[in-house]
Amino acid sequence: MHIPDGYLGPATSGAMYAVMLPIWALASRMVKKTLKARQVPLLAISAAFSFVIMMFNVPIPGGTTGHAVGAVLAAILLGPWAACIAVTVALVVQALLFGDGGITAIGANCFNMAFVEVFAGYYLYKLISGKSSAASGRRVVAAGIAGYLALNIAAFTAALLFGIQPLLYKTAGGQTLYCPYGLNVTIPMMLGEHLLVFGWVEALITALVVKYLQKQDPALIASGKEG
Amino acid sequence: MKLTSKLWLGIGILVILSPLGLLLPEYFKAGDAWGEWGPDTLKELVGYIPQGFEKLSGLWNAPLPDYVFKGWEESGLGGLSIAYIASAVIGILITVTVILLLGRVLSKKD
Repeated sequence: MHIPDGYLGPATSGAMYAVMLPIWALASRMVKKTLKARQVPLLAISAAFSFVIMMFNVPIPGGTTGHAVGAVLAAILLGPWAACIAVTVALVVQALLFGDGGITAIGANCFNMAFVEVFAGYYLYKLISGKSSAASGRRVVAAGIAGYLALNIAAFTAALLFGIQPLLYKTAGGQTLYCPYGLNVTIPMMLGEHLLVFGWVEALITALVVKYLQKQDPALIASGKEG
Repeated sequence: MKLTSKLWLGIGILVILSPLGLLLPEYFKAGDAWGEWGPDTLKELVGYIPQGFEKLSGLWNAPLPDYVFKGWEESGLGGLSIAYIASAVIGILITVTVILLLGRVLSKKD
């Protein structure tokens, strides 16, 4: 889901930076209000987890690869604003240092994975957890479902960004300038592979870690209590 | 052991296992992620290299492109795996450093 340089036209890339700048600014403000110094190590661990889990490319035999993002786990542990910052840092390091995701696409990739996935996952987790106790099995299920759905929603917004390119940019001869595939291809491809395979990976890692943390320190996953 | 130490240990285990993210796709003959093809593959897929793509795709020269040291691309799966682990270590160290600096600015004392 790391859109490389060249797949999005300048207007799209620019617009996604323009969307993310106020989100990053707001995230900093919100985190400054709520993040306690003793939570910083967990923030670092969440970012490190997101970074390394994205390196686990899962193959579809004979087809494409994809991976989990770990964004929903970060959101459950630290709330959506802190998670947004954690995943953003991981994505920026991946783009700048490893060329994983384009630098012109940092806004777009952060929108999909550090904003859409984080917030979708956070609110789905809260919704499904309801008023269940921190140690309840319902929270493990909630984490899994939130992980599965949120990664798919992020894949969908990525597909939209890919798929609008042929509508926006075409040469007189009918060739596309950037991503050559329209929505009729990008949505079924991106959603298909994430619904079938990669979403389950996100579900599994999110649920397993939540289950583990429930035993260690249930307070950590009573997420959302303070917003 | 403190919980944060256990979690860091978990991250360390993931780092050591990370080459699976390289070896499994190789074993199952899976290619690039959808929409992340380089110019050559894109040309095979659509028959041409989109003009705008051609201009932008080489814009950034990452120091460790695709989690490999430059010149190690042909070093076989063993070499690639070592480079992959080293990349994970470097990437995590930088990510964690940035977060700790941000955390110093953004967090408040308990």
